[in-house]
Amino acid sequence: MKFFGEGLPGVNAARLTGKLIAIEGADGSGRSTQIRMLTDWLEGHGYATVNVGLKRSNLVSEELEAAMQGNVLSPITFSLFYATDFADQLENIIVPALKAGLIVLADRYIYTLLARDIVRGGNAEWVESLYSIALVPDVVFYLDVAPRFLVERNMQKSAQLDYWESGMDIRLSRDIFDSFMRYQRLMRNEFRRMSARYNFEVINGNRPPRSIANDLQKHVAPLLKGPQAEKMNISPVSAD
Amino acid sequence: MGKIELRKNSSKGRLIAVEGMDGSGKSTQIYLLKRWLELEGYKVFFTEWNSSVLVKKATKKGKTANLLTPTTFSLIHCTDFADRFERQIWPLLCAGYIVLADRYCFTAFARDAVRGCSPDWVRTMYSFATQPDITFFFQVPPEVAINRILDGRPTLKYHEAGMDLGLSADIYESFRIFQGRINDAYISMIPEYDFTVIDATQPIDMQQQLVRRIVSERIDLPVYKWKVRSRV
Repeated sequence: MKFFGEGLPGVNAARLTGKLIAIEGADGSGRSTQIRMLTDWLEGHGYATVNVGLKRSNLVSEELEAAMQGNVLSPITFSLFYATDFADQLENIIVPALKAGLIVLADRYIYTLLARDIVRGGNAEWVESLYSIALVPDVVFYLDVAPRFLVERNMQKSAQLDYWESGMDIRLSRDIFDSFMRYQRLMRNEFRRMSARYNFEVINGNRPPRSIANDLQKHVAPLLKGPQAEKMNISPVSAD
Repeated sequence: MGKIELRKNSSKGRLIAVEGMDGSGKSTQIYLLKRWLELEGYKVFFTEWNSSVLVKKATKKGKTANLLTPTTFSLIHCTDFADRFERQIWPLLCAGYIVLADRYCFTAFARDAVRGCSPDWVRTMYSFATQPDITFFFQVPPEVAINRILDGRPTLKYHEAGMDLGLSADIYESFRIFQGRINDAYISMIPEYDFTVIDATQPIDMQQQLVRRIVSERIDLPVYKWKVRSRV
């Protein structure tokens, strides 16, 4: 594996034998479903997995959550808080798991953080430098779903739109529905812009979960090693 | 990579930072500077390293449970600094205050480098910060500073002694080695960030006279008088 930049002090990326798979996409794009299906598939074939995601660090997740509730963070502080949360998981979960040869499934990775900052007018070079400590994933999936479908899925799930996922903090509109649509369009454009540079596998997320899972498995299978890898079954696509 | 600079101060306020090893006496000096400026009727704000309420809990938790690595140690201090910078330091500078900072990003540059973080990474991380108009560096031979601390306060904190670096199993020995390295890091920053060096082995009042003279020479103080009377 390798780091984006200078990496972490004392960690030799070449010694990390596991695989890192990142799944990006908006809320409602089907990330959690896909991670669950990928985990089942990998574990079913005898590969150990570890799940990580944003705001899950021991160190700052509670404080970050509290600050978000109170809406009291300024933009640079916000970015740094997220970077701290990420670094904590990188050093304490991702790196040890990769050293041990596990498959790490990241429910969102640095790309979401980059996109959010860029959409908010942040300095892209500065944020990229922050994440020069991050490991380059073996594969990055971007679950691409049009904002008009995201709205439906979010409404279906919780009958309301999330403040942050609607970008209400940047005051695109006073109307949360309108703000959501605009914000998600901006995020989608940013992800599409990043996709060539960072080698995303852009997956059309407007399809049944099984077909998407099937696509993901096809990309993941070649990354796997061991006798089991030869006979990895890609789950057949069937009607859900 | 070329030199990574801090932002030029584009505000009408003025920023004065003090740096130096633990035990260099810098906090006493900046306190006296603050008292003088306040008593003379200037708009002054004082801010301390590691004091953002927002981040305090996380920092404390990380330190107590030894959850911190050099990278997260560095990030969490930068988060703390950013919170104070964005919410107080910068808006106050824009409002025409003289902001006094007891430690500034140079503290992080020194400590994080000693802990093994990439200096370029750390400097870029703090590149949103404003370059102080004056950075006083209180220089003392490391032995003097170390003895001042060890004489007065025998219980050392884990991180301030650099115990996380595994320099020595003995906390006092670790403190000596760690502080020595911090001092080396500071000295290399004197030309890099244009520090104004004060000989901190001099008597306190002599140092303060010098500090006040430099401040009045380099800052057009009358501009910073209160224009509105808010207090009787």
